[in-house]
Amino acid sequence: MNQTTVTYREAIKAGLAEALRSDDRVFIMGEDVGRYGGTYAVTMGFLEEFGEARIRDTPLSESGFVGAGIGAAMGGMRPIVEVMTVNFCLLALDQIVNTAATMRHMSGGNFSVPLVIRMATGAGRQLAAQHSHSLEGWLAHIPGIKILTPATVTDGYGMLGAALADPDPVLIFEHVMLYNHKERYDSPEDWQRPVDIEKAAIRREGGDVSLITYGGCLWKALDAAEQLSQEGIQAEVIDLRVLRPLDTRTILDSVVKTNRAVIVEEAWRSGSLSAEIGMQIAERAFYDLDAPIQRVCGAEVPIPYPKHLEDAAVPQVPQILAAVREVMGRHV
Amino acid sequence: MFEVTMPSLGADMEEGTLIDWLVEVGDSVEKGEAIAEVDTQKSALEIEAWSAGIVRKLLVEPGETVAVGTPIALFSAEDEAAEELPAEQPASTATATASVQADEPPAPEPTVSQTADADAAPTIQTQSQPTGKPGRARVSPAARKLAGERGIDLTGLKGSGPGGAITLADVEQAGEPRASDTPSEMRQAIAATMSRANRDIPHYYLGTQISLQHATIWLESTNATLPMAQRIVMPTLLIKAVALALEKFPEMNGFYVDDGFRQGSGIHVGVAVSLRTGGLVAPAIHDANRLSLERLNQALTDLVARSRGGGLKRAEFADPTITITNLGDQGVDTVFGVIYPPQVALVSFGNIAVRPLVQDGELRALPCVYAGLSADHRVTDGRRGAMFLNKIKSLLQKPEKLARIP
Repeated sequence: MNQTTVTYREAIKAGLAEALRSDDRVFIMGEDVGRYGGTYAVTMGFLEEFGEARIRDTPLSESGFVGAGIGAAMGGMRPIVEVMTVNFCLLALDQIVNTAATMRHMSGGNFSVPLVIRMATGAGRQLAAQHSHSLEGWLAHIPGIKILTPATVTDGYGMLGAALADPDPVLIFEHVMLYNHKERYDSPEDWQRPVDIEKAAIRREGGDVSLITYGGCLWKALDAAEQLSQEGIQAEVIDLRVLRPLDTRTILDSVVKTNRAVIVEEAWRSGSLSAEIGMQIAERAFYDLDAPIQRVCGAEVPIPYPKHLEDAAVPQVPQILAAVREVMGRHV
Repeated sequence: MFEVTMPSLGADMEEGTLIDWLVEVGDSVEKGEAIAEVDTQKSALEIEAWSAGIVRKLLVEPGETVAVGTPIALFSAEDEAAEELPAEQPASTATATASVQADEPPAPEPTVSQTADADAAPTIQTQSQPTGKPGRARVSPAARKLAGERGIDLTGLKGSGPGGAITLADVEQAGEPRASDTPSEMRQAIAATMSRANRDIPHYYLGTQISLQHATIWLESTNATLPMAQRIVMPTLLIKAVALALEKFPEMNGFYVDDGFRQGSGIHVGVAVSLRTGGLVAPAIHDANRLSLERLNQALTDLVARSRGGGLKRAEFADPTITITNLGDQGVDTVFGVIYPPQVALVSFGNIAVRPLVQDGELRALPCVYAGLSADHRVTDGRRGAMFLNKIKSLLQKPEKLARIP
C-alpha cells in the first residue's frame, strides 16, 4: 500500500475547504487570510476558489472583526474568524469574554453564538515575546466557550467540523510548530473523518506514569515516552485535545492506574491550566498518588527572541525525562 | 556536608540508643567503617558509614535515645571545605524524612531552565518543599492507604520514592514473606511483634462455653453424604461462625493505625498455624464470610498444608483482619491470646470435649468448646465483645445457617 504524507497544515486546510464547500453559511474572515493566503499559508488558494464574499481580508482590528463574527453568527451565518496569534486576540477579549461567551446566558437562551475562532499559539518560530505566548489556558478559564487544541492531523481536520456544528463559541488553538508536522496515511479516509470535541485521547498506553499534555508539547511527550520505555518506564501519554470543558474522567482514570502524574504545558506555571489539572488530581485522586505531582512548564519570562533562549524557555524532552524520573524515584 | 541519621536496623525498630561513638571529630572515615555502637530494642549493633567522609560534628551523645531518621552526625566529603558547618541543630527530633541516605545528593535548588542547548543536562523547575511535621514519616498517599488496608506498620520501612518517601512498591514488599526466614529470625520477629502487642494494646479477655451438640450432629449427617476427602471439619464451622458474626460486629474486623480504628476492606480471617520447626504464621483466608463451607474447608486444608510446606502468597500474609487460634488439638481448654497488631481482636478455641452442661434444668453430657475473645479496648468495650462472642455462640446452634451459600 502506498502511504502518503499529510501535514497538519494540509489537514486544517482540507477541513476548512470541506466546510466551505458543504455549507453556504460558512465564511472565513481575518487578517491576511485572502490575498496573502494566511500567515501560516493555511488558506492559500481559497480566495481564488471561494471568492471575496467568503474569504474576507480584514483591517488590523481584532475587536472589530471578532465582533462582526459574533453578529454574523447570531444572524444565522457560520463564520470562521482567524486571529493571527493568541497574543493579538487580547485586543478582542471584550468581544470573546463579555459578548460571545455570555450571549446565551444574557439573552435567557434566546440567542446563541455559533462562532468559530482559529488562532496560532506557542513559541518556536523566533517571533519574540509579542507573538509567541501560550494563552489558551487563560481562555479555558471562561465559562461559555469551548477551547480546542488539535495536535494531530486527524484532529486538525476533524475538530473544525465539530466546532462548526456546536451551537456555542468555539476557539481553536493551532500550535505554530505543528503546521509542518507530518503523519503518514494509506488513504485520505483514514484522516478525513469526524472526531468528537469532548474527550481527551490516550496517545500511548502505559502503567507507570501519566504524562498529561496537549498541543505542541504532545509530540515531545511522546518522544520522551519512547525514550523512557528503553529505561523500563511505561508512560501513558494523554492528549487533552479539549481544554474546556476538561475531560477530567480520562485524566483521573489514568492517574488511578499509574499513581503518578507529570503535566507538561508550554504556558507559564503560575496560575496555569496545569495548576488546575494538578488540583483536580489532588482533590479527587489524592489517595491514589504514589509521588508528588510534577509539572514541566514554560519559564516565567516573556518568550525570548534568540533561538537558544527560546528553546530553553519552553519544555523540551530532557526536562520531561527528568520530571518522570523524579516521580519514579529514579535519581540519576 | 551531609547528615548521618539513625538507621533502621530492623523492620520493627523505632528508635536507637547511642552506646558509644567509634570515631571522633576530624577523623577520616572509609565507606563501610563502623562509626558508632547502637542499642536497638533487640541488641547492640554497629552503624557503618554509608559513604566516605570526614567527621565534622557529632550530634548525639552516648546514652541518648533518638528516633530512626534523626541526624546523629555531620560528615563532609574529603575535598569539601569545612567552614560551611551549619548552626546547631536539635538532635532529638526526627527529621521528616524517615531515612536520609548519607550518599544522597543534596536537594536541587529551585532553578529556572536556562540551558543554552536543549541537549544539555536537563534541569527541572523544582520548587522547595516544606519539611513536614517532625516524626511524621514521608509516605505517599497511595502507600499509606494500602498500608492501612493491609494492616502493615510503616514504622521502620525504608522508602524508595522521591525524597526517600515510602511508595506503594515499598509497602507491597513489606507485606511479602521473606524467603530467608529462619527459625531464629522468626523467633525474633514474633518476639518483637508480641512485645509490641502487649505493650501497646490494652487487651481485655472474655470467655464462654459453647455447646456443639447441634453442630456435631449436623456435621455427622452432612459428612455421611460426602466423600472422605470433602468431609467438613469442625474448625471450618467455627471459622465460618466467626466470619459471619464479624458482619454484625465490624469494629472487631480491622486495624488500629494512626491513632484510630480502620475497618478492614473485607473479612479476611487469619488462621494461626504452628510450624513443626517452631514458631507460627497466621495467613488469611480471604472473604471467609462469603465462602461456602465446602470451599472454606478446602481453603483451610490448603492453607495449613502450604503454611507447613511453604508456598504462601504475599497477600495471605499481608492482610488478615482478625486472627483465630485453635489449640484444641493440643488438649487445652481455654486460650487467652495476644492480638496480632495492628489487628484489634483475636478469637480462640480450646479443645472440644464432652462436658457436663445444664440445659433446661437437666444435667447433660454434651460436646462443648470454650471460646475466648481477646480484644483491643481502644476500639471496643467489653459489652460489644460479649455480644460478639454470643453471636458466635448462637450461630453455632444453627449449623444449617452456616452452610447457606452466600
